Amino acid sequence: MGSNKILMKGNIALCEGAIAAGCDAYFGYPITPQNEVPAYMSGKMVQLDRVFVQAESEISAINMVFGAAVCGKRAMTSSSSPGISLKQEGISYLCACELPCLIVNVQRGGPGLGNIAGSQADYFQATKGGGHGDYRMIVLAPYSVREMYEFANISFQLSEKYRNPVMILTDGIIGQMMEPVSIEDNKREPITRSSTDGWCLGGCLGREPRSIKSLFMTEGVLEKHNYHLKNKYDLIKKNEVRYEEYLTEDAAIVVIAYGISARIAKSAVRKLREDGIKAGFIRPITLWPFPYDKISEVSSCVKKILVAEMNLGQMVEDVRLAVNGKCPVEFIGHPGGGLFTDTEIKEKLASMF
Amino acid sequence: MKKIYFKTESLKNTIFSYCPGCGHGIIHRLVAESIDELNIRETTIGIAPVGCAVFAYDYWNFDVTEAPHGRPPAVATGIKRCCPDKIVFTYQGDGDLAAIGTAEIVHAANRGENITVFFINNANYGMTGGQMAPTTVLGQKTTTTPFGRNSSRDGYPLKICELLSSLEGVCYLERVSVTSPKNVLAAKRAIKKAFQNQILKKGFSLVEILSQCPTDWGKTPMDSIKWIDEVLSKTFPLGVYKECAKK
Amino acid sequence: MREEIIVAGSGGQGIMLAGNIIARSALSSGKYTTFYPSYGAEMRGGTANCSVIVSDKEIGSPVISSPSVLLVMNEQSLIKYLPRVKKNGLVIVNSSLVKSYPDASIQVPATGIAIELGDVRAANMVMLGRLIFGTNIFSKEIVTEVIKDVFKGKQEFVAELNIKAFLKGNNYDKKS
Repeated sequence: MGSNKILMKGNIALCEGAIAAGCDAYFGYPITPQNEVPAYMSGKMVQLDRVFVQAESEISAINMVFGAAVCGKRAMTSSSSPGISLKQEGISYLCACELPCLIVNVQRGGPGLGNIAGSQADYFQATKGGGHGDYRMIVLAPYSVREMYEFANISFQLSEKYRNPVMILTDGIIGQMMEPVSIEDNKREPITRSSTDGWCLGGCLGREPRSIKSLFMTEGVLEKHNYHLKNKYDLIKKNEVRYEEYLTEDAAIVVIAYGISARIAKSAVRKLREDGIKAGFIRPITLWPFPYDKISEVSSCVKKILVAEMNLGQMVEDVRLAVNGKCPVEFIGHPGGGLFTDTEIKEKLASMF
Repeated sequence: MKKIYFKTESLKNTIFSYCPGCGHGIIHRLVAESIDELNIRETTIGIAPVGCAVFAYDYWNFDVTEAPHGRPPAVATGIKRCCPDKIVFTYQGDGDLAAIGTAEIVHAANRGENITVFFINNANYGMTGGQMAPTTVLGQKTTTTPFGRNSSRDGYPLKICELLSSLEGVCYLERVSVTSPKNVLAAKRAIKKAFQNQILKKGFSLVEILSQCPTDWGKTPMDSIKWIDEVLSKTFPLGVYKECAKK
Repeated sequence: MREEIIVAGSGGQGIMLAGNIIARSALSSGKYTTFYPSYGAEMRGGTANCSVIVSDKEIGSPVISSPSVLLVMNEQSLIKYLPRVKKNGLVIVNSSLVKSYPDASIQVPATGIAIELGDVRAANMVMLGRLIFGTNIFSKEIVTEVIKDVFKGKQEFVAELNIKAFLKGNNYDKKS
């Protein structure tokens, strides 16, 4: 723990990370537990002579992002679960039009208005397409304040590399908690922009006019467009899977969790190891593309797998697809904003031996 | 030989796919001519609606993006805030602007976004086959008001210029029609002015254009023009609804 | 070492600030720390609490199920959190406002002391002072520096008053 660290809230680290990454424009609408984001951005972005607009709704906010992305700017919006539901229309259009941007979901309990506690119940919505049509969004799940800072940068890079929206799927606990974080690299140069030549709009000076669209009425053209998107998604699946592995090599049982649940699961594994019990841990960092291959590989060498999520069982379906019957998969969950204790996960793991 | 009629540069050499007698063709041309007369074709970004004019980019010879239904004012806000040196306009129908996109247009207007909006009011949903629009007049038959629009069941025609005229952020509001050469020229003046306001950074400008929809109205093109002059413009009187003093 | 501290009271009592100062002191002492706030729906007068963990090791969940230290500023919070405190855990109550405290708790008339010092809002610092003495997780010098830093930018007397309140709490009833 160096002395150059400062105590920072997850939501603020996200803002600092986005600003350091060269975010040009932020558009948002208030909703707990992500209110620190628009509040912080409203000051910082304006001081930096960048764009901040408090929109009249989440729907407008995502469409303002659409506008900024159309002209090749690095844009983001943030919200929490009910607000992310409202953004789904815009997300479908952004994916269809292949526009890069960052969307942050600081998840809260649902369904409906739910509560304002942290939750992980929007996994399906984020990874399986919450809006209409065959599309995919890159989904990153940070599990610390430090990662809230770093992932903003990674998100912009990936979104521009593939011309695709990226979502940071976090939760009210990571968003609200404070922990020491070192942001000495805050002064670094913003990440290099992938070229927007060839697609973005900015007036047709010196070139043929362009259009950005998602309506393809001529027979066969939409099918072709979908195959074009599929090829891109396949490339992302090949190149961008990220996960963290901890003590899996000799593990008899592995727990798989992401985000806040992963922090808790990891400390449960650490405690079991102190007792001489061979537990291991895998944390998907990209929820899409999902680390199917890694989990498949691990499932051939372990006795059982436990999935821990703050919902009624969503990512567990992807784990079961990956495991494909090679070992039993059990689930432990808390819906509606409930949270694990590490003792709870530790006991569940111990009971599986 | 003197050339007295030609295709202005901002129109592509494409044949309009609009129905015979539809107002969109005229209005597309007025928009294109104004852009060329102001010499802003190469800095303009247009936003097409969801509705009959969704294919506007097939006809306009400058940069155009689509937007989700009703959201063009939000998309325009994103573009204009990020690229204040570009000329940004939306082209929206009455379903797009006055129904599903009411929040977006009211708030873009209220923020005084320095954008230009063309609001095409043809008193029904054209593309989907002639359903009731917010601007359908009382008694008007549509596929979803088979007995005529009834205020107790369907509410009243929504008057956008009147509604927006109370907002401080709005610079210019005018309602025009394209039913006669005289009205077409007046519409052109309004459209051009709405662009000029943006160039001069005067703020939000909207021109509402009463437009004929012969197919869905079940009328001939000539009867459609007559209906606008005699019926539609009684509910939606032509004229300037707001004009701000110089900024 | 590892302490799991819940600071609880009503909105407006400086609960978050007290928790924040603990976490920042942990940071200054080179320890791992997490701070997790929880608010009621009301901004003022509702319940407010925060969980602060200070540890020599990496911290998993920032949320505390059974605190090793409970600092309570009002009656409602005592009722809510007392049953969750670890066996032999430290309970510090603001006895100016909390009347049904258990015998095993440390009672500090923090609101009364703060009023005597000239500002009722400094009650949280009195409580914090007693907590630092009771747990001995950091030196009072480290905390004093953090308090100074927290009130940097305000008029000088604000930090002075808060430090005075902190030291008063730190020295309160040293026998127990």
